[in-house]
Amino acid sequence: MTSPAVLAAHGVSYSYGDEPAVERVDLTVAAGEFVALVGPNGSGKSTLLRLLLGLLTPDAGTVEILGQSPRDLRDRWRIGYVPQRRILDLDVPATVAEVVTSGRTARRGWWRLPGKADRAAVDHALEAVALADLRRRPVGRLSGGQQQRVLIARALACEPSVLVLDEPIAGVDVESQRLFRDSLVHLVEHHDSAVLLVSHELGAVANDLDRVIVMKRRVLFDGPPDELASTGVNLGVHADDLPRWLEELAP
Amino acid sequence: MIVANGALGSVLATLPLPWPFERDYMQLALAAGLVIGICAPLIGVFLVQQRLSLMGDGIGHLAFAGVAAGLLLEVWPIWTAMLVAVVGALAIEWLRSRGRTTSDLALALWFYGGIAAGVVLASRAGNGGLAIVPYLFGSILTIDASDVRVIVILGIGIVAAIALFGRALFAIVVDEESARVAGIPVGAGNALLAVLTAVTVVAAMRVVGVLLIAALMVLPVATGRVVSHSFRGTMAVSAAIGAFAVVAGLAAARQWALAPGGSIVLVAAFVFATVSLVGGRRKRPPTPVMPVPRPPDELGRDDGHDHTHDHTHE
Repeated sequence: MTSPAVLAAHGVSYSYGDEPAVERVDLTVAAGEFVALVGPNGSGKSTLLRLLLGLLTPDAGTVEILGQSPRDLRDRWRIGYVPQRRILDLDVPATVAEVVTSGRTARRGWWRLPGKADRAAVDHALEAVALADLRRRPVGRLSGGQQQRVLIARALACEPSVLVLDEPIAGVDVESQRLFRDSLVHLVEHHDSAVLLVSHELGAVANDLDRVIVMKRRVLFDGPPDELASTGVNLGVHADDLPRWLEELAP
Repeated sequence: MIVANGALGSVLATLPLPWPFERDYMQLALAAGLVIGICAPLIGVFLVQQRLSLMGDGIGHLAFAGVAAGLLLEVWPIWTAMLVAVVGALAIEWLRSRGRTTSDLALALWFYGGIAAGVVLASRAGNGGLAIVPYLFGSILTIDASDVRVIVILGIGIVAAIALFGRALFAIVVDEESARVAGIPVGAGNALLAVLTAVTVVAAMRVVGVLLIAALMVLPVATGRVVSHSFRGTMAVSAAIGAFAVVAGLAAARQWALAPGGSIVLVAAFVFATVSLVGGRRKRPPTPVMPVPRPPDELGRDDGHDHTHDHTHE
């Protein structure tokens, strides 16, 4: 039996003025699926992500999150989101635990005090990204890779049905990439969550992906990594392989 | 000098406080000052994180116009100031959130519009507009029990709002987009923060004046960020420093016959400068004699972080 789609785009298009960013995109991500979305710079990945998250409204087509239109979705906390670290200001005077606990705010009810279940979920998320020992450390004093893991833990803390990550491992060290991979696999295998990962660097998760979607305004490829490898691109061989191939894609 | 009056004044007058707070008027000043000294940084900690440190200043200028309107209409200026400040704060937030204009431009627009409207309205009020001066620079030593009562009520409202909505506001100031994705009402949260800022400005008008209130929202927070590593700790330290600045500022004002509003702010600035110097010296990492080489697996990567420093955290 096919798992229900937790994210779906049906003929979605979006333009910035006269400049089309996304054109007639169809895609689905099912529960328990681990999917990577790749494309060269300016290919519309981040725009598609914002459309799928309900942050933008498509010019044409429809988007469904957990079977509902973004506007009708009530339990939005079921979406975990890890934004690009460079767009965040982690200069906030807050500890790792405070930032991760903030990931529970929407699920708990934003006016309620954290309870036992919240503390347990935060502990679990911190352990999943191997940051339990650093929970009292200010986030501003962590390395880039550690900060990225804080953001992942914050998303994991709400125990999401679907986790969407935007360039989460750009420029982080090898050890953080390994821990990052472990936490995503844990989420998919133990919580049956869906993961949609936008990244140029898939080496760390190449063997765990169910599907790869390649886009350049439109979807150019949607299938298992093995099929993509048959075109001559090996996701796990060299970190530069995929970006180079993506930049050479036909317009 | 207005002597303490009513039930609040009687209660305060019986407090056996030592110098410089043994007099009724100083006790009223202390009560009002402590409320503002604690509340202003509690709001400021969110504003500073949102890069809206000058929000208090902009709203202060709007409140100035509201005070002038109150004097002209001969109604209690605090209510007209409250109305204009809250409406103006919501308008600033609306402009900012819709990207119609940048944050600093939105603030500048209201900043100058507010002060100009205040000057024009005050010029039409009686007394040549002199009655507006206490609201510009504060007049905490002439505050009466009814002023203190209003300030205490507003202060309780501000603390209650932070206790109830502070966690949601924290999620928003850390990462607005993720908060929006998770379903936290970001627009309502930002509007609430704007309204709380307006309420704080109005409550503080008689304490430090509309021209200096932003300093009490920002300086204790700047100090708290140096001293504390957690958000909760920053809030607590900032509020404590705000309260200390009020006590020390009032004492200095009494001792040397200084302007109390300015004295309070100067104490807050002095604490910040001292803590920054000491804290900055302590936190500065030792400079290596030779650059530490990066491990081979990190070469060629750039995450904008100094990896020579990373390994000390693991």
